[in-house]
Amino acid sequence: MNPIGLHHYLVVSVLLFCLGLLGVIIRRNVIVIYMSLELMLNAANLALVAFSRFNDNLNGQVMVVFIITVAAAEVAVGLALIVALFRRRQTTHVEDLTTMRL
Amino acid sequence: MHPLIFYIFAALTLLCGALVVANPFSRNPVTSAMFLILTIIFMACLFVLLHAFFLSAVQVLVYAGAVMVLFVFVVMLLDLPAEERRKIKLMMAGLGILSTGVIAYAMIRAVRESTLRDTLAPPTIEGSMSAVGSLLFTRFALPFELLSLLLLAAMIGVILLSKKDLK
Repeated sequence: MNPIGLHHYLVVSVLLFCLGLLGVIIRRNVIVIYMSLELMLNAANLALVAFSRFNDNLNGQVMVVFIITVAAAEVAVGLALIVALFRRRQTTHVEDLTTMRL
Repeated sequence: MHPLIFYIFAALTLLCGALVVANPFSRNPVTSAMFLILTIIFMACLFVLLHAFFLSAVQVLVYAGAVMVLFVFVVMLLDLPAEERRKIKLMMAGLGILSTGVIAYAMIRAVRESTLRDTLAPPTIEGSMSAVGSLLFTRFALPFELLSLLLLAAMIGVILLSKKDLK
């Protein structure tokens, strides 16, 4: 077997990102859509760490620390929004949330 | 390091990621959350293979610990009625899979045809806690401080959004 290089990690990252994208497109539950978004963020993190390792540069890993923090803040705000939405409409199904449809 | 270890962890990560998105046995959000935790943990293993030890610890602590607890907590709090099997519009799902597949094909093609990997020397850096931490407190000190402001703003926002009479 040839040694594991940058492109191996990048392919895993691409596949994981596309799985997350697929989840955002086909799932209809707001919470599951949100989890798929987290999956996409994680895929980006993996790509950044791989680039950092194979370019001998630690800045990418610092970037990942920032991304993880921002993602945590984003999850807190997003879930608060979902809870507020559920209180009003009693649903988390995106097809029932059509208030802004023209 | 044997290449097989990478393949095992990569396969487990992708498998659990797929089960988050489309689980054939359960449409319950809790199941998705549990598989997301597994995905994050296997990704932490991949970080260890990349010698990013600090990040793998942060990944487990922050993501699998804090963020996913928040997810599971909200799912339990909302107490969703047993998710009725709504008819998934087959055409829509097919179009979604098709478009995602095209994007995946294009990106993998781009990765495979890049000449990047030929020029790289064997990696030597270690993402230990001291290395990342010293960078965080010297070169990236200002963004690091701004991050605390962001967390404060998020906290205030969440408290405001959680009030009962949201105006």
